[in-house]
Amino acid sequence: MTDAPSTIAERSAEMLARSTPTTIAARVRGLSDRAIAWLFITPTIALLLAINIFPLIWAVYLSFTNFRANRPNAEVVGVGLRNYQRVLNDPDIWIAMQTTAHFVFWTILFQTVIGFALAYLIDRKFRGHAFWTTVILIPMMLSPAVVGNFWRFLYQPQIGLFNYIVSFFSGIPPSSFEMLGSVTLAPWAIIVVDTWMWTPYVMLICLAGLRSIPDYIYEAAEVDRASAWRQFWSITVPMALPFIMLAVLFRGIENFKMFDMVMLLTGGGPGSTTEVASITLKREAFESWLTGRSSAFAIILFVAVFGLANIYVKALNKVKQR
Amino acid sequence: MRKMTKALMGMSSALILSTAIPGMAKADELTLCWAAWDPANALVELSKDFTAQTGTTMKFEFVPWPNFADRILNELNSGGKLCDLLIGDSQWIGGSAENGYYVKLNDFFDREGIKMSDFAEAAVNAYSTWPKGTPNYWALPAMGDANGWFYRKDWFTKPELQAEFKAKYGRDLGPPQTWDELKQVAEFFTGREIDGQKVYGAAIFTERASEGITMGATSALYPYGFKYEQTPGKYDMDGAVNSPDSVAGLEAYKALYKCCQPPGYTDSYMGEGLDAFKSGQVAMAMNWFAFFPGLYKDENVGGDKIGFFVNPKQKVAASTLGGQGISVVANTDNMDGALAYIKWFAQPDVQKKWWALGGYAVHKAVLNDPSFKDSQPFAADFLMAMNQVQDFWQEPSYAILLQAMQKRLHDYVVADKGTAQEALDALVNDWKEIFEDEGKL
Repeated sequence: MTDAPSTIAERSAEMLARSTPTTIAARVRGLSDRAIAWLFITPTIALLLAINIFPLIWAVYLSFTNFRANRPNAEVVGVGLRNYQRVLNDPDIWIAMQTTAHFVFWTILFQTVIGFALAYLIDRKFRGHAFWTTVILIPMMLSPAVVGNFWRFLYQPQIGLFNYIVSFFSGIPPSSFEMLGSVTLAPWAIIVVDTWMWTPYVMLICLAGLRSIPDYIYEAAEVDRASAWRQFWSITVPMALPFIMLAVLFRGIENFKMFDMVMLLTGGGPGSTTEVASITLKREAFESWLTGRSSAFAIILFVAVFGLANIYVKALNKVKQR
Repeated sequence: MRKMTKALMGMSSALILSTAIPGMAKADELTLCWAAWDPANALVELSKDFTAQTGTTMKFEFVPWPNFADRILNELNSGGKLCDLLIGDSQWIGGSAENGYYVKLNDFFDREGIKMSDFAEAAVNAYSTWPKGTPNYWALPAMGDANGWFYRKDWFTKPELQAEFKAKYGRDLGPPQTWDELKQVAEFFTGREIDGQKVYGAAIFTERASEGITMGATSALYPYGFKYEQTPGKYDMDGAVNSPDSVAGLEAYKALYKCCQPPGYTDSYMGEGLDAFKSGQVAMAMNWFAFFPGLYKDENVGGDKIGFFVNPKQKVAASTLGGQGISVVANTDNMDGALAYIKWFAQPDVQKKWWALGGYAVHKAVLNDPSFKDSQPFAADFLMAMNQVQDFWQEPSYAILLQAMQKRLHDYVVADKGTAQEALDALVNDWKEIFEDEGKL
């Protein structure tokens, strides 16, 4: 029996294959396929080295020096581990790290719970679900700068809508509390805004997870007379868990380096109440111009995020393998 | 392949050239960098005369105040060529002189017959010299400024309010002379309903990110007797920065913030203060004299409705210094043009026109003119303020010193952390550490 093409599509595919040169190198004489491959990826590698790898290595070098970017004429002297010691012994930096941890923990918790709940609802495919999906996604499509600015207005004690809504339901006078000016409320004000903006993102990832669960598993569970509650905990949650964990990873990394929204909403204040690590780093690097010390701080942050993310990814892989 | 390589090289060259060309300064063009605010518009108007006389096109790069230091200091640090001339903050002068960012102007002044004695002494000392008080000039005084106050004259003159105030405090309701009086007046207005709106006593600076709360709080600290050092030049801050007088001054500032600032003004500086006043929320507000011409012209709150007063005294009379000198950026490609602008700007006639347009000239030809005090309703206060100004550190490390003070003050005044004594003690420790790093302690 011959392997002659039988259908029109197969014949067309074979003709096309015959008309294509065996190697691209045949067109560019003197260069192998490997050389051409290198030719194409070299600009990308060069760019990556120039804008990612080199600055990282340079920052590592600077972190061991007394270099200050605003003192170009000053002698650059190696200071060993002194910058690292000072960063790790600085109580203000530890307070900033605690503030960051508080922010990351609560935003991830709220975003995961609400995002999963929304995804679960949207997955029911009720009438108009496509419209509501789009509506829910709007906040994450906005620029953080825009979000920061308009939430500042919403939180304004005298004219802000937020205070009026709280006042309407609670009876507390609207100008009697300041969401961004109060030491107690300001951290939560930022958590509310970040949750409002990024819950749709978590919802999208969770929705992908929910839609990847084959229907026949639920059908089999129903044959076994498993209750909806049992189906949720034994099928839905375990099978969507890798997706939820992925969302947590993405949001965790993003929120660990959160800067723009906090800067716009509170600028780290009142006092230093909402000064997350990225704002401290910016102040050290570009306001105080302690380039060496801020490089050490940046490297410490990088190692912390990289280490935590690696541990987390290993856990994620274990969950996927189950 | 060779053709492809040539094409790629050609495209790269074109790209590099196209990005490089706009950065090259033309010989007959100058770029002047400053903050984006009312006086900058007056300078644009004034500079038209320079263009008419010399044919040099003037370009301007005005940066909003909150980003001004970040943007311009980044520019200087990176060796950029954006600015030929820079009207930079007085605190930058130490760093800019020591790092070679500004051109030293002594020889140029001697050659062109420009005398620093023609300018107000306080302004020369603050805006031009480094090390402080020495005859080493890095800038020409360009814009005198200090933190002052304005108030709703129409509210202060309401007979019923005057009578009530007199009954309560035993004196006439008028611009306060001391910080104690300032608080009384602020408290008197806070919570009142005027013209159908609830009003507050005073809008003061509380901004955290750049310099706001430091500029505001020093307006209380200086009059109460705050000093940076016990002995000038010795960096002996203990007992000066955290002295009982300084503590009293900081407590007075916090008391004013707590009693009489409108709600939501926890991170406010120039713009927010002006908004509070223009929207009829406050009876008084602190701000830089630079804004006073614009306020006086304001249709809603200007004219007869507004009055001005110099920063109230307490133990001593003192005002927080603002203002800037104009410097030639050492990196300029148009040194001759930049120096020509300085020479033109230093002329008495140009300085007079500068004042007339809304700029705060500090040339004696302007200040000593008998008609000066009556030329604007705030002119006399400006003269008084410039004779009592005190400035923040002008050290090369001023930025770190400022950040430390911003943090300690905001923590105490706005975030309610600790006491005034603790805040100032912590500040002394921060500053000691900075000066130790600098090798000055």
